[in-house]
Amino acid sequence: MNARVMLAAAALLAAGCAQLGLRGTGDLGVIVERGAGRLQVVDTTRQARTGTVAGLGDLSHASVVYSRDGRYAYVFGRDGGLTKVDLLRMRIDRRIVQSGNSIGGAISQDGRLIAAANYEPGGVRVFDSDTLELLADIPATWGDGSQRAKVVGLEDAAGSRFAFSLFEAGEIWVADLSVPRAPKIQKFANVGRQPYDALITPDGRYYIAGLFGEDGLAMLDLWHPERGVRRVLDGYGRGEQPLPVYKMPHLEGWAMAGSLAFLPAIGRHEVLVVDTATWREAGRIPVAGQPVFVMAQPDGRQVWVNFAFPDAEKVQVIDAERRKVVQTLTPGRAVLHMEFTPRGEAVWISARDDDRVVVYDTASFERRAVLAADKPSGIFFSSRAHRIGF
Amino acid sequence: MIQIKAGAALLPHLVHMKGRGALWAGLALACAAGAAGAEPVAPAREAELIGMVRQDCGSCHGLTLKGGLGPPLVAPALKDKRMELLKHVILWGRPGTPMPPWRSFLTEAEAEWIAVRLLKGFPDER
Repeated sequence: MNARVMLAAAALLAAGCAQLGLRGTGDLGVIVERGAGRLQVVDTTRQARTGTVAGLGDLSHASVVYSRDGRYAYVFGRDGGLTKVDLLRMRIDRRIVQSGNSIGGAISQDGRLIAAANYEPGGVRVFDSDTLELLADIPATWGDGSQRAKVVGLEDAAGSRFAFSLFEAGEIWVADLSVPRAPKIQKFANVGRQPYDALITPDGRYYIAGLFGEDGLAMLDLWHPERGVRRVLDGYGRGEQPLPVYKMPHLEGWAMAGSLAFLPAIGRHEVLVVDTATWREAGRIPVAGQPVFVMAQPDGRQVWVNFAFPDAEKVQVIDAERRKVVQTLTPGRAVLHMEFTPRGEAVWISARDDDRVVVYDTASFERRAVLAADKPSGIFFSSRAHRIGF
Repeated sequence: MIQIKAGAALLPHLVHMKGRGALWAGLALACAAGAAGAEPVAPAREAELIGMVRQDCGSCHGLTLKGGLGPPLVAPALKDKRMELLKHVILWGRPGTPMPPWRSFLTEAEAEWIAVRLLKGFPDER
């Protein structure tokens, strides 16, 4: 290497360091710009954008998990893209296209494995979180073995396990990846019709899949998988004719306050309240539309709800103690997602059709900031790195 | 097999019946009843419809319409489908699947406008 090349290299290196500076990532996050295939990197302390990262493909249904050091965001794109984004350098670290059509993913408890849930081809693929090297391919075969189901509700379970549901098959599988290249699969069949999404409780114990094809949820106790899957909230609709569903609810963000959990009812303008001691319905709260996300503030005192088309311009806040709606906000047209700051003093809400993200104070409901964003959808803060099921 | 008597008024009943046979019979009827009387769609409304298909239909079928929980709606994937079928499914949904009826939000003419464009390759927003 000659002197000139070395000098140039040294200059580049210096420039890189200067640009990076020293800082933590605990108050950073990303906003997905749905149509543009781009992320905004945001700072929740300054309530401002710090940069953008483009070239992530089709993000029409994107979700994000974080490395345990909170530096890297793994972005699962609709087109099967899996992109590892460096929040500090604000650039793509690695990117692969791992399937034809993906819905989301999870990171293992030890942070070493990234699992992606795929629609096409239906199944789960597991990658090394450093290199994105493919370690395991788990086809979601069912029936006579020739069909593959779409995989939904992929969640991280304790150990190197992942739990997920098979939409068409009505099955829940738990994959143990202690030996990543030789996964062991435990299958639970006949859990109910069309599981559409799932969640895992904050302690990692219960895996619960929502059913689209019937009123109820399928629950697996991961401490006691030998007890099998049981039905909870069976027939919560009690024979009423459900309304047409214009957007599938999401179950991520287990909204819990004390021993009560709050869940979106499918095809109804209601939030269901469940007593987690008995897993019985403890009440219903009438709301402004069909709930999509039902998310508790980190302190569990309030639960925030957004809605499917045609009520998507509203957000309602439920007082968890009193179990009633105490506030209705209109952040903008087509509210798609809400994300709390790590300790919940603020919530960031995306309004797709008004191209903005609105930051509210969760105590006073005052608007604290408005950020411009191109068709924003999901908002994901790095504090997810340290939560089970996120 | 379902006996089809006459008239589009039967359609709502047919679509609530289980099974593909009923759906296809219903569609045949929809075709027979004809796409007559479809009024033009105003340009401002066209932009709204494009946004609705890309964004709201896109939440299941993908923003690029290449599919998701719902099947792909790109032109090659629909090449064996008739316009009347698409229009019917848009208006009435597909019972037994997550596809909801959109007739509360769309006129017949608007559903037809969408169906015709899906078959040709749906336009982008803006």
